[in-house]
Amino acid sequence: MKKYEDACSSSSEGPTESCKKVRKLQPNLCEFGFDWALLPQEILLNIFQFLPLLDRAYASQVCRGWNQAFHMPELWRCFEFELNQPASSYLKATHPELIKQIIKRHSNHLQYVSFKVDSSTESAEAACDILSQLVNCSLKTLGLISTARPSFMELPKSHFISALTVVFVNSKSLSSLKIDDTPVDDPSLKVLVANNSDTLRMLKMSSCPHVSPAGILCVADQCHGLRELALNYHLLSDELLLALSSEKHVHLEHLRIDVVSENPGQHFHTIRKSSWDAMLRHSPKFNLVMYFFLYEDEFGPFFREEVPITHLYFGRSVSKDVLGRVGVHCPRLVELVVCANGLRPLDEELIRIAKRCTQLSAIGLGECEVSCSAFVEFVKMCGRRLSQLSIMEEVLIPDHKYNLDEIHWEVSKHLGRVWFPDMMPTW
Amino acid sequence: MVGNTIHWFRKGLRLHDNPSLKESIRGADTLRCVYILDPWFAGSSNVGISRWRFLLQCLEDLDTSLRKLNSRLFVIRGQPTDVFPRLFQEWQTSQLSYEYDSEPFGKERDAAIQKLASEAGVEVTVKVSHTLYDLDKIIELNGGQSPLTYKRFQALISHMDAVESPAEIITAEVMRKCATPISDDHDDKFAVPSLEELGFETEGLATAVWPGGETEALTRLERHLERKAWVANFERPRMNANSLLASPTGLSPYLRFGCLSCRLFYFKLTDLYRKVKKNSSPPLSLYGQLLWREFFYTTATNNPRFDKMEGNPVCVQIPWDRNPEALAKWAEGRTGFPWIDAIMTQLRQEGWIHHLARHAVACFLTRGDLWISWEEGMKVFEELLLDADWSVNAGSWMWLSCSSFFQQFFHCYCPVGFGRRTDPNGDYIRRYLPILKAFPAKYIFDPWNAPESVQKAAKCVIGMHYPKPMVHHTEASRLNIQRMTQIYQQLSCYRGLGEHRAQPAETTANSLKIRLESLEESKQIPITNLIGNNIMCFFYSGRGHAAVKRSSEDLTPGGSNKAQRQTSN
Repeated sequence: MKKYEDACSSSSEGPTESCKKVRKLQPNLCEFGFDWALLPQEILLNIFQFLPLLDRAYASQVCRGWNQAFHMPELWRCFEFELNQPASSYLKATHPELIKQIIKRHSNHLQYVSFKVDSSTESAEAACDILSQLVNCSLKTLGLISTARPSFMELPKSHFISALTVVFVNSKSLSSLKIDDTPVDDPSLKVLVANNSDTLRMLKMSSCPHVSPAGILCVADQCHGLRELALNYHLLSDELLLALSSEKHVHLEHLRIDVVSENPGQHFHTIRKSSWDAMLRHSPKFNLVMYFFLYEDEFGPFFREEVPITHLYFGRSVSKDVLGRVGVHCPRLVELVVCANGLRPLDEELIRIAKRCTQLSAIGLGECEVSCSAFVEFVKMCGRRLSQLSIMEEVLIPDHKYNLDEIHWEVSKHLGRVWFPDMMPTW
Repeated sequence: MVGNTIHWFRKGLRLHDNPSLKESIRGADTLRCVYILDPWFAGSSNVGISRWRFLLQCLEDLDTSLRKLNSRLFVIRGQPTDVFPRLFQEWQTSQLSYEYDSEPFGKERDAAIQKLASEAGVEVTVKVSHTLYDLDKIIELNGGQSPLTYKRFQALISHMDAVESPAEIITAEVMRKCATPISDDHDDKFAVPSLEELGFETEGLATAVWPGGETEALTRLERHLERKAWVANFERPRMNANSLLASPTGLSPYLRFGCLSCRLFYFKLTDLYRKVKKNSSPPLSLYGQLLWREFFYTTATNNPRFDKMEGNPVCVQIPWDRNPEALAKWAEGRTGFPWIDAIMTQLRQEGWIHHLARHAVACFLTRGDLWISWEEGMKVFEELLLDADWSVNAGSWMWLSCSSFFQQFFHCYCPVGFGRRTDPNGDYIRRYLPILKAFPAKYIFDPWNAPESVQKAAKCVIGMHYPKPMVHHTEASRLNIQRMTQIYQQLSCYRGLGEHRAQPAETTANSLKIRLESLEESKQIPITNLIGNNIMCFFYSGRGHAAVKRSSEDLTPGGSNKAQRQTSN
């Protein structure tokens, strides 16, 4: 086989010619009557799609035909640039030569692109550098992902914005955009909207501190095809919800909101129930995902009225009182995570949630306490709809009815499958 | 033919339940117990003073016990592969015995020694006694693969034969005619070295909170059982502030060094339970501490890369941050979070911290706040923690950083809140961080929030006498939960694809790349799905993981694990 490969790669003729030569030299080589060099490009393409990039690159060195296949546009529609520095990451980066090649030969083939950047500013710079060169691209998807600290935030804002706007202006058909933790601002959003309002379906921009409620409102007003949106609570307004529920707007599928407290005692505005109602009327099936990272005493404005939350995550300690309110005001709740509550049992609150949140199918409890009996009651009431039940072992407090060894059988019985609490090593 | 036997102590630093030693004494004329001070201690030179001191105390204790049997311990410096051929020759050895070491590095070393032994005509006697079971049997029961979930492991254990009884302790009767030739200059050549001789600075070193040795271990065992009997309650005790402090009944370092036999502990626990609970059958949870240890040994034994992320088939490839400065702050207890700093201080001073304290600092370093690799944390624990050996330490770190074992990642320990809930008065902080002693309980866990007047009154201004918090916890945990969600989403994404094509047979390191390309191209699913839809985002459902298929894991023991064999290369 090796001789064959050498012949192909050193030959200056096309594959067929060199292979005829080889067949003369090694008549018994193609005993199955099959000539690798004559493999049709479509089949090569199919095979190459299964290979990791590195293996594909090796394959491309075999012969001219395979080299051509390697550069077929279909193989370059999708690329993830991994930009890492040895000083700040353990993972390997995309080879700079490869990046050069892609920009030179394939930038107009690229459609789905993401940048994975480590915590160094150099990596973020490198990403911007590539972005600025994507002038011939018609991107459908762009993702800027910081895998550790948000290094895009450390770039000079103007530098980042001008790189990003290159894509906004030239692509004109952006459908999905993920720009969380970046210094994107209102004017750049205007540029995005001006060029991509017909095609934009997904926008994820959590923790973009330079954007204002007016900026995001502009997006909602113009991009009527928006189906997925992720942003921080400070950008949420009644006007935004109404804009997303306007007649011209498609049904929203997914709205993710991060409620984050910068300093203890921060004040948060309220959203009117009527705005949520309008959203629900317009998009009855939409998912409302809310992540709360608040101090216990900052929950005042929340859960006072009915709110259509489907996925609820409490990242910090949350009080019994708030969990009680959740039971009352979140009838659409599907998933609930409580990272911590404290040392008073959540029995009542859980049972109320089981009763009132009839769609609940997943729950996770961290540093909380629930008596075993109440927990069994909770599971009994939810029954088999609980597809995910992640309870840390320490949460369950044995009582007169059940101890820890008995509880997993009781719960398994009601769930219809074998269940154990989540355990942590103790040694 | 004179039977000269060498017993090689590595772990298993005890005379009770030491079947390999017992076996080798039988029929031998001479016995020499050696300990080889291998500068590369268990594969790494990263060992702090507390661990050395503990080890030396164990060796002293062994020497003392052997003296009572008219024998001595022979401490020899060097590498086993250099030392043994010399000893075989000098002592005309006919037999070598040692306790089985299940760790990959240990197995490799022992294979080399076995070869040398057979070349020298020396018979080798090896017995399992560091673990409850023969780990290979557990793996066999699981179809040739190490179990990857603790639940699975427990299910397998319940199908194993009973744990073997501990061997009887070595006494003068056991020794019988077997003698130890002791030269006059034994102390010069073979004595247990002191810390100073090993190059440590011992001035100002406090007395050991955990004194090493078999004698201490057995005393503690009795105390431990007494306390359990007195409480008549075998439930896991509720966590309170006191639990954080070193307990005179704590046993984990002794189990690690083998001063205490895990099997002895197991049987004594079983007997006590039966006595107190009137003959009922003990539940598996009674042996929790021992079984976790066993679990990690089992998962690690066939995986030489168990302590690494890269190239480790059971470890999720996570883009941890490389940040030596931040790591140093954590390791040295200068994070500015009193709860974390107090724990790391206790660890450095005493060599032991409560397992919940371990969770807290491990979470803080990795997936909770600093987003630094668990490998770094593992190295620090290796240096400082008395009961951390290779398998258990690496396994626990992977677990606590949610890098393996299908551990759910949604739960993050708050470096303020968790401490406050555990020790509301703050006494633990005051004990290990005296600089914060005068802070009121209200502010001691987050002193940076205390008004200036309070700080001044406590004679500790944050930023001057005690560092400011090194991260904004809310911000950090928000970012990190995003990261973890993203990583696990990408793992869960491929459940459909696995069925249609052969799983790429290599580590998760490459597979993410493959999936990226193949996902988009072959199945016409746009890459938006990888950066989009967050449904079912809070939990990892465990499907489609490259290395292992979870569904077969949990339930029936000895179930088909063909999928695992195919994918794990």
